[in-house]
Parts: sequence; C-alpha cells; structure tokens
Amino acid sequence: MICPLIISERGVYMDKEELKKIIYEMVEKSMGKKKLKQSDILKKVSAEHGVDKSEVKAALRELLDSGQLIFTYFGGSYVEIPPKE
Amino acid sequence: MGQKHQTPLLDELEKGAFPSFVKEIKRAAEHSEYAQDLLGQLELSYKEKVTHWKHGGIVGVRGYGAGVIGRYSDVPDKFPGVAHFHTIRVNQPAGFFYTSAALREICDIWDKYGSGLTNMHGSTGDIILLGTRTENLEPVFAELSSRGWDLGGSGSAVRTPSCCVGPGRCEWACYDTLELTYQITQRFQDELHRPMFPYKFKFKMAGCAVDCIASIARADMSIIGTWKDDIQIDQDEVRNYANSGMDIQAEIVDMCPTGCMSWDGNELTINNEDCNRCMHCIAKMTKALRPGKERGATILLGSKAPIVTGALMSWVIVPFMKMEPPYEELYDLVERIWEFWDEHGKNRERIGELIERMGFPTFIKEVGLEPHPVMVKEPRRDPFFFWSEEDIEK
Ligand code: HEM
Ligand code: HEM
Ligand code: SF4
Ligand code: SF4
Repeated sequence: MICPLIISERGVYMDKEELKKIIYEMVEKSMGKKKLKQSDILKKVSAEHGVDKSEVKAALRELLDSGQLIFTYFGGSYVEIPPKE
Repeated sequence: MGQKHQTPLLDELEKGAFPSFVKEIKRAAEHSEYAQDLLGQLELSYKEKVTHWKHGGIVGVRGYGAGVIGRYSDVPDKFPGVAHFHTIRVNQPAGFFYTSAALREICDIWDKYGSGLTNMHGSTGDIILLGTRTENLEPVFAELSSRGWDLGGSGSAVRTPSCCVGPGRCEWACYDTLELTYQITQRFQDELHRPMFPYKFKFKMAGCAVDCIASIARADMSIIGTWKDDIQIDQDEVRNYANSGMDIQAEIVDMCPTGCMSWDGNELTINNEDCNRCMHCIAKMTKALRPGKERGATILLGSKAPIVTGALMSWVIVPFMKMEPPYEELYDLVERIWEFWDEHGKNRERIGELIERMGFPTFIKEVGLEPHPVMVKEPRRDPFFFWSEEDIEK
C-alpha cells in the first residue's frame, strides 16, 4: 500500500495553500508577457508538479473566488492579477 | 426629459412599416440618461461611419469569468451616460418560457441598475441587458441571483445552452429538449461561468429536423431529434389531404429529398430504410404523418460563424443516441471531445476548425467514435474513411 499522505489516488499530494502559491506566482510572472488561459495553468502546474488537473482547478477556483486572481477578456479569456486601485 | 441630442440620421430609421429600435431607445430615453447619450453616440457613429465603442478588458463579477461583456465609449466627455455601457447576459429559461411576473422582475431590476434597454433574446439565447456602469455590476448580480437568476456564458466558456420549445408546445419533439437544456446547464455550470476552453462552445437542442433553433448552423454541438423506426402513417388522413386538394405526388412525393416515397392515388408508401428523417412530409401532412416511436437524437458537431476561418455547418458524429435522463452517454462524449480540444486546440480555435485542421479520422480515433457512413460533411464529399497502417494486412 502507498502512504495516502504522500500520494493521493491521482498523483502527488500537495497542500492546497501551497498549490495556490505556485499558481499565483506563475500568473504573476506571466504579467506583462504572454497572458495565461485557465487551461495553460492547469496543464503547466500539473506537468511541473505532478498534481492532478482537478486539484489545480480547485486551488485556482479559490484564488478566483477570493478575488486574488480575476478573469479578463481580450479576444479570449485569461487569468490575471487584478489591477491595483 | 426632453431629447438631449439631435438625431436626424437616426430619425430616418423610425420611418416605414417596421418596428424601430430608434423608437424604442427614444422611449427609454424619457427616463434614462444612458439611453439619451446612446442616441447621441449612435448618431455620431452614423455620421462619421465609425464605431465609438471600445470593448473587452477587465469587467466581471467576482469568481465568474463570463456573463459580462465590457463596453466603453471612446468619447465619454461628449456622452457621459454611455462612458461605461457593459452588457450583462442572463441565462434564459429553457424554451424561453416566462411568467409575466418574471419578465417584470427582470425589467424592474434593469431599470434600477442599468439603462432599461434589453434584447430579448440575444443570438446566444440569453436575455441581454444592455448598458450599465462597472460599479453596478456586483449589485445587479447580487439582486439577480437573490431572485434565482444567473448569468449566462461569454468568452472562452460554454455559452448558455438553448433549445426549441420542444414538447412544451410541439408534438414533433423526439426528445425533451427543455429537460436536456436544463440538465446540461446544471451539469456544466463550471464550464459556463469559468472560461477554460480555447474558445466558445455552444450547445443547441432541437426536437426534430425542422430545427427551429437553427442548431445546425449555430452550435458547436447540435443535438437534433430523430427516430429509428418507421414514420407513422394514417392512410385515411392521407386520402383526406388528397380529397381536399393536396397534390400528394407533387407536394410530398416529388419533394422527398431521398426519393423514398410513392403514392398510388390511394396509399402512401414510404421506404423507411432510405428516409433521412428530414421532416418535410411530416410538416406538410401534420394530420397524416408523425415521427416514429423509437425516438432519440442525432449529434452533430462543428458549426460556427466566420471569425478565424470561414463558416461551418455541423456534421454528424453520432447518428442516433437515446436522449433520456441521466444523459450520461452524452456527457461522457462531450467530455472526451473537450479533452481533445483542450489537448490540441489553439487559442481561439473552435472545435470544428480544429477537426478541419487535424483531420476527422484523428478526431474520431482520439475521441473513440466508430466510423460510420453517415458521417458525411456535406453532400458530394466523401465520407471520412481512411485506413491507417494497422488496418492494412500485408
Ligand atoms: C466525359 C467524361 C467525364 C465527365 C464529364 C466527368 C464529370 C464528372 C463530374 C462533373 C464529377 C463531379 C461530380 C460531383 O462532385 O458532383 C465527377 C466526379 C468524378 N469522376 Fe468523372 N467525369 C468524366 C470521366 C471520368 C472518368 C473516365 C473517370 C475515372 C476513370 C472519372 C472519375 C470520377 C471520380 C472518381 C469522381 C469523384 C466522385 C466522387 O467522389 O463523388 N470520371 N466526374
Ligand atoms: C500531382 C498530381 C495530383 C494532384 C496535385 C492532385 C490534387 C488533387 C486535389 C487537390 C484534389 C481535391 C481534394 C479535395 O477537394 O478534397 C484531388 C481530388 C481527387 N484526385 Fe487528385 N491529384 C493528383 C493526381 C491524381 C491522380 C493521378 C488521380 C487518379 C488516377 C487523382 C484522382 C483524384 C480523385 C478521384 C479525386 C476526388 C477525390 C474525392 O472526391 O474525394 N488525382 N486531387
Ligand atoms: S425543432 Fe422540431 S420539435 Fe422543436 S419546435 Fe421545431 S418542429 Fe417542434
Ligand atoms: S421525412 Fe423526408 S426523407 Fe423521410 S420520407 Fe419524409 S420527405 Fe422523405
């Protein structure tokens, strides 16, 4: 048996807060360069950290719901950091 | 409130026999500053032949990435009333059935927070609320949702699913379009509100091939009712039509696109194997003919208007699927299609365009569909049959 603390059913287990930090930093780095779509983030984080996409999505969802990240629209929909007031 | 701007060009559009949007905007302008300045800006655009709208950007309600479409005036000093003029899409009920109380509620909310101007319904199917300011978005959303309304789709998301009136009013419906539309909307809430695709994705449900919702030309996935067994014929009623002056040979038999009918002056015969369920004969002889009893839907994929590339019509990917709750077979197919799109789609590439680019054989293989002779893209083009290395016995 595999220890459930280390490996979840679908891949590497990662704390949600930690995932949120990784996502936020990825979006932060992209600002002013190539805009990221939601699917870019899911693919990248999942590939780089071995976490299932559904977990990345859940973490991203919290960032969007809390307003730390927002959706923007420029011909397509992107995820970005909200502008400072 | 008198009219603030002179609008000689727009006034022309009030003349003539047809309903006029100018007349309606003027009515709204009696109590709305948005509508006043909308008239002014529109007149300027007609005069200069350029638009004065800027669009896109960062407007929305928290947590959602869809449902609000940002619009700003590029001449806000002249027309402060339309400096912000954002559109809100509200998810319409399946089949567009309302109580008058519900319609009043929407209008009252919109008079309170926006221009009072609406478009019932937009080409997506949504209730379109035209024109409000950024600071009103959260309050209007809060009020709408507290009364059970929700925003619709926009951007790179599932668009608000819509359907024909189906069994609500129509005896030809081969499946319950209203129920399926409601269930798809519930099932894909996340995909509707939080854009996650390369581009938009539209579902449209038509109960039969008459296709009152024009799904075949307007939906990435068109779900069109059909039947498997034989058209039900009441020969007495056929004779009644003939006796009351219908030329059955010319109007029915000769118009059948598959040439599968015959009429000997007494009995109408249909070779159901060749019938393509086009609905022509049934729609003409409503009392004599009805769809068969073994009903379901054909699933088609890929139509779109020209943006990145030219217009496409949907084509068949599943000839027949039972359309009854819980619809798991359908959801499963949709999710496989989205995975394929997510994997290979370029930014702003619709599913139909992706299939054109990658090839239909690749698509059906990756999505796990069986090739079938009815997967014809358009008449006079070969079905998509191809052989791969593994298929060839050496
Ligand atoms: C006077 C001689 C011919 C004429 C006027 C002619 C005309 C045509 C036309 C108009 C089409 C297009 C049909 C459509 O797409 O609606 C066609 C298709 C075709 N023709 Fe001919 N043709 C002739 C001779 C031949 C010959 C000699 C061959 C083969 C040896 C041939 C093979 C084909 C094939 C394979 C197609 C494509 C059918 C399809 O994929 O639907 N044709 N021909
Ligand atoms: C350098 C040589 C050739 C070129 C560049 C060429 C090019 C093409 C092109 C562009 C099409 C249209 C495809 C489409 O619209 O989907 C086509 C169709 C066709 N070609 Fe050729 N072709 C060549 C040689 C041949 C030869 C030698 C034959 C037969 C002996 C042939 C038979 C056909 C047939 C039957 C079609 C119609 C296929 C269909 O309707 O699906 N071609 N060809
Ligand atoms: S598409 Fe068919 S079932 Fe739906 S309303 Fe039109 S005729 Fe009736
Ligand atoms: S439904 Fe269309 S194809 Fe079938 S018999 Fe009637 S007219 Fe012919």
